Amino acid sequence: MNDYAYLDHNATTTPRPEAVLAMTSVLTGVGNPSSVHGPGRAARKILEKARADVAVLVNAEPGDVIFTSGGTEANNLALTGCDRERRLISAVEHPSVLNGGGDIIPVDQNGTIDIDRLEERLLADNTPALVSVMLANNETGVIEPVEDVVAIAHRHGALVHCDAIQAAGKITVDAIALGVDMMSLSAHKIGGPSGSGALIVPGISTGAGATLSGLLFGGGQERGYRVGTENLTGIAGFGAAAVAALASLEGFARLATLRDAIEQGVKDIEPQAKVMAADVKRLPNTSCLTMPGVDSETQVMAFDLAGVGISAGSACSSGKVKVSSVLKAMKVPDDVAVSAVRVSLGWSSTPEDVTAFLAAWNILHGRRTKQKFSAPAA
Amino acid sequence: MSTTKSHWSKDKPLYLDYQATTPTDPRVVEKMLPFFSERFGNPHSRTHHYGWDAEDVVEEARAKIASLIGASPKEIIFTSGATESNNLALQGVGRFYKDRKNHIITCVTEHKCVLDTCRHLEQEGFDVTYLPVQENGLIELGKLAEAMTDKTLMVSIMAVNNEIGVIQPIKEIGAMCRERGIFFHTDAAQAAGKIPIDVDDMNIDLMSISGHKLYGPMGIGVLYVRRRPRVRLVAMINGGGQERGMRSGTLPTPLCVGIGEACAIAQKEMGAEAERLKMLRDRFHAGIDARLSEVYLNGDLEHRIPGNLNLSFAYVEGEGLMMGVNDLAVSSGSACTSASLEPSYVLRALGVEEELAHTSLRIGLGRFTTEEEVDYAVEKIATEVTRLREMSPLWDMAQEGIDIKSIEWADH
Repeated sequence: MNDYAYLDHNATTTPRPEAVLAMTSVLTGVGNPSSVHGPGRAARKILEKARADVAVLVNAEPGDVIFTSGGTEANNLALTGCDRERRLISAVEHPSVLNGGGDIIPVDQNGTIDIDRLEERLLADNTPALVSVMLANNETGVIEPVEDVVAIAHRHGALVHCDAIQAAGKITVDAIALGVDMMSLSAHKIGGPSGSGALIVPGISTGAGATLSGLLFGGGQERGYRVGTENLTGIAGFGAAAVAALASLEGFARLATLRDAIEQGVKDIEPQAKVMAADVKRLPNTSCLTMPGVDSETQVMAFDLAGVGISAGSACSSGKVKVSSVLKAMKVPDDVAVSAVRVSLGWSSTPEDVTAFLAAWNILHGRRTKQKFSAPAA
Repeated sequence: MSTTKSHWSKDKPLYLDYQATTPTDPRVVEKMLPFFSERFGNPHSRTHHYGWDAEDVVEEARAKIASLIGASPKEIIFTSGATESNNLALQGVGRFYKDRKNHIITCVTEHKCVLDTCRHLEQEGFDVTYLPVQENGLIELGKLAEAMTDKTLMVSIMAVNNEIGVIQPIKEIGAMCRERGIFFHTDAAQAAGKIPIDVDDMNIDLMSISGHKLYGPMGIGVLYVRRRPRVRLVAMINGGGQERGMRSGTLPTPLCVGIGEACAIAQKEMGAEAERLKMLRDRFHAGIDARLSEVYLNGDLEHRIPGNLNLSFAYVEGEGLMMGVNDLAVSSGSACTSASLEPSYVLRALGVEEELAHTSLRIGLGRFTTEEEVDYAVEKIATEVTRLREMSPLWDMAQEGIDIKSIEWADH
């Protein structure tokens, strides 16, 4: 698959060599971190090193890190494990947050949470609440005003959970500066392995943080918040990926050049093409754009045949032909939304990937336009 | 006595703790590696090559796991490990059927995650019966039958105990459950790949498997969920709807591939490996018996997996023994509880006295254990126990025929 232009890094990204190296070394060793003998203590050391490395990525303390089996579990742990039964959830959250249920806070046409509405809802009912808002959206890359959300939520006694799965490793993420009470991370979105993630709960080790109870029982690992033998290989890979991602944030920011080239290139071919939320702060790597008149399913298939991998929305919901709930929440008209695809770059992306994408876009668009004009009148 | 210089040390001990975790088989590692790097696709990406590639290998792995236990691939749900599988079986099934039936039967020597989950379910309104075990660690089927009522939703009895390696009468339990329309869940973390298991033959409805206990990776497990008659459950982790809605979250492709390959290898090699391990285990046991008296085997010898010995050494002090054999990576009880100084609840349930429970060693033999390792460990343990006993006044008294229990110790 060497000639394949992989542009679906928000689904999962190229593993970083540092992570692969760390995992290979742990995978060939032996030791359960809960065992007290030598191999057990060696395993424990690997675990604690990774914990510190993951903490640094988001400026948290090692004691704030609860390792989970991934981002979905971290989100579930935050929502279900938190002692707040009333939840206020932004309309563009990932299904692992949305499916937990709660009051939906709308977003504007750019996908940004409606802060005034949030405050209204908090004022209307003084039951202690949990607000869940993501830092960056997986489909559009839109960056949410989490700091503002935290200020309002805390003013009304609410806690804030922030799904930072798509933001971490792509932009600077500072859990402390943002002031969030809980934050979810996923290893395989930053160049680590799937099967590993974390919930960051600032202050939890000293009793200063949010009150949390675990989803699983038995064993006492992760101070009881997440029991079960740790995925040591995955956690080691997560730690190594966190170090590498943090060190290369500047390089990641430069992906905006490639993204802009994609968006400009598409507009040069077809001025009617739309880029979602183009005017607000977005991740440097994500573009959600339309090819007018061509539905997203047709596009992703044609792109794959041309050696370019993109997606029609989030990976979890792909395979089902339906309009993205994110675009729906942004009130994008259905006829526009059906032709939107997600292009997402990663740390390993190159200008050649962009060239391949634009060439494929051009061919597909040209074919479709010609078909349209040569179609017999009905 | 062996004249070869040992290559084991405190820093690089001889690994004899195969019930805590097993090394990942190099053949498994080799299968996994490409999926950590160049074949990194998300198996749920349905729009490109990378995704399809990952989905294909995940499904192959699912089929291999199913084959090991006589199940259909559709009945295999990937989880993050046996702890999650056990939680999902108990919490998930419990919550789905709670309004109809709310009684669960388990036993006192189950893994902590089963017991802790049951205690939690009691707070949610479930009635839980904790069956006692006999001196040999096995439950009494008569007591199980007595405990079953028309409110009994589920029986959860482990296939193999993690500390003493005894094999419960799974097939008999399964038949009793099926006859009465009760779901049968078994924690097979220590059994899968070690002893033959057939979910249909044994009438198992739910079964937990762990990757890292059968030479696969950590961070992956399986819950087998029967389709006919259908078992339903409430998911604990929601989101993208993966694993037919029972367990959301991106499947970790390399880990799925790893547990699949581990199952395939186990299926192929189980018979011969069991014989080899039994030979090593018997050699170990005989070696200790030849050198030491007053050593007690905990748990039944007959109904036991070949890779486990659990021995109590009278008249030595537990901590001292562990320190003395620190070039052996062995465990004194379950790894999950070994950081505490409490004696093992499993041994206590067998009626083992506190003193003897404290001086027990769990010796776990496995695929990479050699005869040379067994001989070295026997020699080491025998020498150390002898040395500690020579320093022990209790041992002296016992040798002189004084009954230690009859002594009235002065208060101080």
